[in-house]
Parts: sequence; C-alpha cells; structure tokens
Amino acid sequence: MFCSAFMSNYFNEMFSGKTVRPPYQGLDSWSADMPQELRSLKQSEAEALFRRIGITFAVYGDGGDPDRLIPFDMFPRVFSAGEWHKLELGVKQRARALNAFLADVYYRGEIIRAGRIPADLVYRNEAFERAVMDIKPARGVYSHIVGVDLVRTGPDEFFVLEDNCRTPSGVSYMLENREIMMRMFPQLFRENRIAPVEHYPKMLRRTLASVAPERCDRAPCVVILTPGHFNSAYYEHSFLADMMGVELVEASDLFVEGDFVWMRTTEGPQRVDVIYRRIDDAYLDPLCFRPDSMLGVPGLMNVYRSGGVTIASAPGAGVADDKAIYTFVPEMIRFYLGEEPILNNVPTWQCAKNDDCKHVLENLGDLVVKEVHGSGGYGMLVGPKSTKEQIAAFADKIRENPGNYIAQPTLALSTCPTFVDEGIAPRHVDLRPYCLVGESIELVPGGLTRVALTEGSLVVNSSQGGGVKDTWVMA
Amino acid sequence: MRLNVDHSTVYHFEPPMRGAVQSLRMTPSKFKGQQVIDWGIAVEGAERGAAFRDGAGDWVETATLLGPVAQITVHVTGTVDTVDLGGVLQGHRERMPPAAYLRPSRATKADRALRELAESAVADISEDDPLARAHALTVAIRSAIDYTPGATNHSTTAAEALSLGHGVCQDHSHALIAAALSLNIPARYVTGYLFASEEEGLHEASHAWAELHISGLGWVGFDASNGVCPDDRYIRLGSGGDALEASPIRGVSQGAGVERLDVRVSVDQVQQ
Repeated sequence: MFCSAFMSNYFNEMFSGKTVRPPYQGLDSWSADMPQELRSLKQSEAEALFRRIGITFAVYGDGGDPDRLIPFDMFPRVFSAGEWHKLELGVKQRARALNAFLADVYYRGEIIRAGRIPADLVYRNEAFERAVMDIKPARGVYSHIVGVDLVRTGPDEFFVLEDNCRTPSGVSYMLENREIMMRMFPQLFRENRIAPVEHYPKMLRRTLASVAPERCDRAPCVVILTPGHFNSAYYEHSFLADMMGVELVEASDLFVEGDFVWMRTTEGPQRVDVIYRRIDDAYLDPLCFRPDSMLGVPGLMNVYRSGGVTIASAPGAGVADDKAIYTFVPEMIRFYLGEEPILNNVPTWQCAKNDDCKHVLENLGDLVVKEVHGSGGYGMLVGPKSTKEQIAAFADKIRENPGNYIAQPTLALSTCPTFVDEGIAPRHVDLRPYCLVGESIELVPGGLTRVALTEGSLVVNSSQGGGVKDTWVMA
Repeated sequence: MRLNVDHSTVYHFEPPMRGAVQSLRMTPSKFKGQQVIDWGIAVEGAERGAAFRDGAGDWVETATLLGPVAQITVHVTGTVDTVDLGGVLQGHRERMPPAAYLRPSRATKADRALRELAESAVADISEDDPLARAHALTVAIRSAIDYTPGATNHSTTAAEALSLGHGVCQDHSHALIAAALSLNIPARYVTGYLFASEEEGLHEASHAWAELHISGLGWVGFDASNGVCPDDRYIRLGSGGDALEASPIRGVSQGAGVERLDVRVSVDQVQQ
C-alpha cells in the first residue's frame, strides 16, 4: 500500500532533499512566512471570488451539489523556462502528428496501407465517421484545440497520459486560477517573472478565424455552439465566448439555407463561418448523425462537407484520441514527421490482445486499467489502491469484454506542495496544456494543473476529489 | 436497357411547419453499369445548395424551405441507360475503404440467430470462394425472411426481421448486411430503382439491396428480396451502412404538424 513514508519515492517538484529547486525559489518564503490566519482568510477569499464569477462544475454521477466548486489550491505549480520549452516542443509535435493522422485516415490512409497502424483500429473505431471521408477541412486541420494530458515522474521525465482532440475542457480554470492568484497575491507577480496566459482567448479566436472556409472573403464570423445551460461545461462555453468577443449560440439560433449556415440576430440573419462546437459529433446534425438529436442544426454537415462552414474540432476528430489509438501516436510522429517523439507515451497493454490481456489479469494489483472510451476517471481501476474484492470484480469485467480495456503501469506522479489542513504537504499533480492549431501552431505558457487533494491519491479528476492550481512558467 | 424514372414524394403537414431541411441522395451513381441521359430533382419552393460528392461517391444536395410549409414535393424525373454487369460495381470512384463498412449499426447488428444462419450458410464453402459465400448468404436470407409488406416498419432491425420471418427489401438488405458483417465481409446498404415488368413478379420500383465487398471483384450487389444480383433493370442511387445512412431523402421539419406521406414511383422501359 501507499503510505506517507513511501511518498518520498515520488519526484517532489519543489524540494530536492532540503534544497528548493530553482523554479520554486520565489515561493519558499512566501509559503513559509504565511501565517495560518492569513492563509485561511485568503482561501475563503478565493472561494468567494470563484462563487462570484460563477465558475462551478457539475459532476456527472455524483448526485451531489451540481453547483459545487472545484477546490482551488493557492500553492502554484511552477515550471522553469527550460522545462517548459521542452514540453512546448513535445506538445506541438504531437498536435502536428495527430492532425496529420486525421488528414490521412480521412483521405488515402497511407499509415494503414504502410502497415504501421491496424486498419480495424481506425475503421472499426466508434469515433471514425464515414461522413467526413474525402472532405478536406480548411488548412487541413481537424483538431484545432489539442489538450495533452501530461504527468511528470522525474526532473526530466514526462509522460503523455492521453490526447484530447475533440473539445478538451478546463481552459477556463487555467484563466480563472491565474486571475484570482493575481488579485490575491499581486506582490508574487511583481517579485517573480511569470509568463502570461491571459491572451489565450485572443489566440483561440485568431486560430479559429484562420481556419474559416477558403471561400470566406471577409472577416470571419466565429461562434461557439453549446448544448445549453444544463451542460456541465456551460460556464466555460459562455466564459470563452465572452472573453473572445464572439456569440454563444445554441442550435436553435442557427439554421441552414442555401450553401451556408446562418445565425438569427436582431438585425436579421448573419452568415457564420466558423463554429467552435462543444457538442458531440452524434448530436451535431440530425440529417447526418443521430436523427433524434434536438441539439443539432439540420443540414449543418452538408454545408460543412460542401465547404461552406468550418466546424472545430472537425467531426470525426475523435478517432485520433481514442485510448487504443494512443499507443500509436509515437508511430504517427515517426511516420508523418520523420522525427522521434519528444514526449514519451506510457507503456500500454491492450486487453484486446490475448497476451496483453493475460499479463493484465495476472498483474491487476500493480496496474491502472481504463475503459477505451471512458473519461473523467470513471470506470477505472487503480490496482495498488483497490481491495482484493474490487480487483476480482474488475477482472470479471475485463474477461467479459477485453476489447473495452487498456492497462498501464501505476505511474509515480510528481508532487507539488499543496495547502492542507495540517499545513503544507506534497500532493500528486498532472498537467493539461492547450495547443491551438490553425494557420500556425501555438500554446500559451501554462495549462491546467489538477491536484489529487486526498493524501496518497493518484486520481486528479475533479469528479474524484481533485482540485486545481495556477500553473506558472517562469519567463 | 433505357429506363425512365418518375418518382414523386409528397409530404403533407397539418398544421403547416415552420420550416424544413432535406438532404437528398437521389442522383444515379457514376459507374460502368449506368449512364445518365437526363436527370432532374425538383423541390417546390425550396432553396437549393450545399451540394457535394461524398467519400462513397454519392452526389448529395440540400434543400431548405422556410415556413409556413404545408407540403413538400420532391419530384425526380430522368432517363438512364443501363447495362448488366452481374451486380459488379465497376468503374465507381470512391475514397471509402471497404474496411470502413465492417462496423454494424443498430439496424445491422447480428444477434445469435443471424450469426448462426450466416455460419451454416457458408459452412461448406471455402473461404477462397467469397463470391459463392455471398450468394449462399443471399439465398439463406431470402428463405429465412418471407417477402411480406406491412410486417415491419422503417426502424425494424435485421435481428427483429429474422425472428419475425417476414419483411421487405429493407429488412432483407439489413439482414444480409448483418450476416456478412458477422463473417467479417464488408457490406453496405444500397438504394435505387428497379424496373419490374408485371409478369416477372419483382418487388418495389423504389428499391434497396445490399453490396458485399468481394476481394478480386470489389463491391458486388446482392438483392435478397428477388434472389438476384442487380442487372440492367436496376438503377443505383447511393449507399450507406444501413437504410438510415443511405436514405434518398433525409429530412427534418420544425413545428408540431402531423406528417402524411404520398409516394408514387414508376420505372418504365423506353423502347428504342
């Protein structure tokens, strides 16, 4: 079992023995000198600010307070400029390769013909959309916002846990966490040279405008399409629309006529050029996907397929971020870019393969097992944290449907100092930077750091007791 | 054979709808088995646009109507020259790899009965003879599902049709696709027209059949309802994984109106 003593085996991002690692030096006296009363005061101030902004996160399946705040931890997570440089190169490389893969599998499928990725994994994938075969999106970009989930295990060791090519959420937390830290601790931002992240919405807007359809001959009209206020990420949709200065629309605000998609406005219909959709493929257009969808725009896909509008991310982009395809991303990087991967994948066993499945079943106690299409930390098994009964029950589920599971070794996630009841203690963290792909590929220096607030826990998902931190990159 | 098609689909709405959008897949495919002499699709009062050729080679276009819409009339007329290629889809340009048609949909998912029917149909036929296997599947489906109009509806699945033992061309095609997929043979749903002279007793002028991918030949049509491969009496319009995806007309209308549908199809041979 994992206990406190064992924690010293994890890479602590702030302390190397008794020495403070350079990127964290500006925080040492700040945290050590902060009296308990001030800390409590600041913590409740932060909470009040979050409440006032209205940033909450409804959690599926919890049945609890849908307006629950994700806990915010005031202790920042810090990267040096050098560390970030490598991460940035690695994330951009991955985003390029994933987009090249999508452009390929919806065209000639060279990587499959070359035998580098099994055809079944692509064409039988639930996320593969026949409807977009041979359709060329503007600038050949399919995934315009790539969220790459990373963990750190050592000073120089980073692993990619998964890629999110559809609509990675959470970027509003990156922006809000920074804003709140700046309000509460302005002196920290005067004393330390911290790279800014607040230009993200502007960058996102520029990226989306750059992928307007070729036939768009004016300043492109960009909108965000949301399923509505009952969606758990609705806050983020409206926040981003606000920050970007674009319209937030629901399906009923849009309609198709002739060759284009139009938005109803008080001044009459306005043509829409780029739709940043936060709706799943299946619900986008009842004439192409689920006929019973009430969230979609009838005819949207026909306009998209005939080049009248850009949809970001492109329908069908999910085939690149499936957990079974993930194994092949290093191969994509070599195949399309002729480069070696800068960021490592976590070794992954595919339960669909007999040998792998056997290995997984024999070593369940040491492994993390995930559903191929799962997300949010649901339906997974963390072997070292589970009881014998839980492991046995999970083994039955794997035997029932092996193809639905992959397994990975339990990674020794790095820790970052975190404010807890007893003072300051190390807690495990991950990182999701958001890479934007349009005319150019760029990302702001930062991302969303999630922290497992429970001592010893390795699960950082907000639905499983995770919190968030401001993420600093030192300039 | 030169065939004349006159196909009108009329939707009546009571009360009228606020608007409607339709996706039309009603233009004959381009391949060696047929050549369009003349073809037209008229949708009264509609704005047309957003037209393209999709990855499966089908021509798709869009019709939008602003309300109030009491009636939509889609009228297709045309003349096509056809030749008999024994069902082989020769010279058809498409980007879609056959492997993209191995994943079943709700309608084409095989249950145990369909899997067993498929396995026993091909039990004595070598895997080296995929054409014979496909014919055997067609025969097996035809004898397991009686042609009976009215026994099923548009949402009946292959498995349900087999257990009923009755169905129409949609059910035969879904069942054949499901059987083929269960044997790992790529298969898809095809819509089109059929010239049926009365003495032949063929079914349905507006028709559907299945295509199975046979290595060496490519896509080959199999019409389980009539127990034949499509010949020069058939006009091919388009394809999809199942009836829904291949639909000649897919439409959505906004409003509370009750829909009533009127379809008239005639396919006649032109004496030359």
